[in-house]
Amino acid sequence: MKKRALILGAKSAIARAIAQRLVSDGYDLVLAARQVDALLPFATDIRLRHQCQVDLIEFDALDFDTLEHLPQRVERTAGPFDLSVLVFGYLGKQEDTGRSTEEMLKVLNANFTGAAVTLGHLANYFEQRNAGGIIGIGSVAGDRGRQSNFFYGAAKGGLGLFLQGLRNRLAPCGIHVLTVKPGFVDTPMTEGLDGLFLVAKPEKVANDIVRAYNRKRDVLYTPFFWRWIMFIIRSIPERIFKKLSL
Amino acid sequence: MKSEIHSGWGLHPRIETRVVRARQADQLVDGHPDASLLIQGARRSYGDACLADRVISTQLLGHLLEFDAERGLIRCEAGITLDVLIAFIAPRGFFLPVTPGTKFPTIGGCVAADVHGKNHHKEGSIGFFVEEIELFLADRSRVCCSREERSELFWATIGGMGLTGAIYAVTLRLKKVENTYMRTRTLKTRNFDELCRHFEETQQEYTYSVAWIDSLANGAHLGRGSLILGEHATADQAPTSKRFKLHSTGGPSVPFFFPSATLNGLTMRLFNTLVYHRQIRQQRDATVHYDPYFYPLDFVRHWNRIYGKRGFLQYQFAVPFDGGRTLMGDILQRIAQRGVASFLTVLKTLGQESGGLLSFPIPGYTLALDIPLRDPSVISFLQDITRLVVRAGGRIYLAKDAILQRADFEAMYPRLPEFKRVKRACDPHNRFRSLQSERLGLT
Repeated sequence: MKKRALILGAKSAIARAIAQRLVSDGYDLVLAARQVDALLPFATDIRLRHQCQVDLIEFDALDFDTLEHLPQRVERTAGPFDLSVLVFGYLGKQEDTGRSTEEMLKVLNANFTGAAVTLGHLANYFEQRNAGGIIGIGSVAGDRGRQSNFFYGAAKGGLGLFLQGLRNRLAPCGIHVLTVKPGFVDTPMTEGLDGLFLVAKPEKVANDIVRAYNRKRDVLYTPFFWRWIMFIIRSIPERIFKKLSL
Repeated sequence: MKSEIHSGWGLHPRIETRVVRARQADQLVDGHPDASLLIQGARRSYGDACLADRVISTQLLGHLLEFDAERGLIRCEAGITLDVLIAFIAPRGFFLPVTPGTKFPTIGGCVAADVHGKNHHKEGSIGFFVEEIELFLADRSRVCCSREERSELFWATIGGMGLTGAIYAVTLRLKKVENTYMRTRTLKTRNFDELCRHFEETQQEYTYSVAWIDSLANGAHLGRGSLILGEHATADQAPTSKRFKLHSTGGPSVPFFFPSATLNGLTMRLFNTLVYHRQIRQQRDATVHYDPYFYPLDFVRHWNRIYGKRGFLQYQFAVPFDGGRTLMGDILQRIAQRGVASFLTVLKTLGQESGGLLSFPIPGYTLALDIPLRDPSVISFLQDITRLVVRAGGRIYLAKDAILQRADFEAMYPRLPEFKRVKRACDPHNRFRSLQSERLGLT
């Protein structure tokens, strides 16, 4: 039987690239996003090219009350599913985030609270079925708090910790959890930002992610060299780090 | 908003521009009702038709929307490039009804330029095969147009260089094929008269035809070259193992700009002479794949860089059959005499007009020259030639142009007043504008 993947935050460039990659691996798709109608052309294109099932569902991670029933909604719309890929995230602008409570909450809730609650319910669903898999997209920004984006970094770091715990809990039932920490990727999120370097293509990142999932890797840095970059950044003593502007 | 340095395929002119990539249909035309903009596809037009201070790119709008195999219709977003489209339709037994000499432009760009191909003399330009266009107008309203519905807007948009609105989607009638191969016949010709005679003798019979001319040959050899005729191969003429073989992706690329002196009179003469003498026999038949047949230059990506940073002009004009032959002979002579070297010179015949108000093709001959921009005086030389073209009732192809002057333009497109009327009605504040439209007094 064909496998089905649920992609949360499917409008992003990384999500679309992951979707393309999964379809060529034989998956059917459920694409979840806010104002999901914008994904109609994308979904139609995939259906025409690949003769697979692609369903769209409206999903907002900040609408906490709806998160519990997400797995059931997906089942009702499309059928049972085997893989959840959580891609959504919200970068915000640190200058704005630092001032407005609303923005602070949005960054924290989108990247951590909403993500963790969603994953919590998805984990229950997979546990019940005794099968499944989870890919969570964190960020290298979650490896060390920096002045330039610590709301985002803290939330993504928290998500990393959450995924670690989830992996531990789900390992006995054979449900694999992959944590992904992408560096800079050429997407709308990073468009126009200054000071980017070693920017990767979404297709390359998606390819790395799906391959790492298939190989049951636990933590993936993509592109790979970010593992070493972050190792160095983590190794800088706090005494010195606090004076740097990285 | 990002700032980028842009040029057309001819690398001249080059400007700094602000770019937005539309991610969904309704982002093609943005909120500021006064802000001018230009919808940009793959920047495969040669001159400044694809350039403006502020552009909205269709790069991310390249999805297939509908496919009807029974009727051979496809509806797709404007930003899809022809290579992607072919990769979808060819395995299903279809091909593009009209294709330019490269597979990298977007379908939106092809419609906006009403492109023609090697089959124009028999089958016309792409406008003949467009069933419907969906576009966003300057006031952000979304409209459909076709031959039946809003036909004025339809014919202003086909060949309208993106000035009527933002083309979002196109419905195209495809051509049924039995495989992805072509049967070709190449006739080598010794001079211009012989070439024109061959053209006249073969036009009725062959669907595809184009001639390559050694523009550096002079005197008795003036206009020598070869005429390449083609048909889609029938089932029994193609290799049976891979009937619907696709173009390969990848291949070599020119990694940097060559020094401007790379293509000089000597190297170009050498190249053209070699090409001319490659075929010894007077006539040669072959079965070839569509990729080398339609898109020989696509094999090397960024081939325009061999012209160096100063780039080149692609000069393409059309002249009516009546008197056209004499004029082209005259122009070829002038070019050869002045020593203006054209690396690639292509001649073909054109058939019926599509009805696009600013469409280029008229029944007659069309000649295209690639001229390196090492010496800027070549611009005024070509502008002088343009005057001869105007006098003969001919015209310049806007998708290639970077140097046409307003008065000449107005003299060569008789339906311009009709176009301007439609433009005023659907874009009263001239939001859609390009460097070219400003130069030509269109906006």
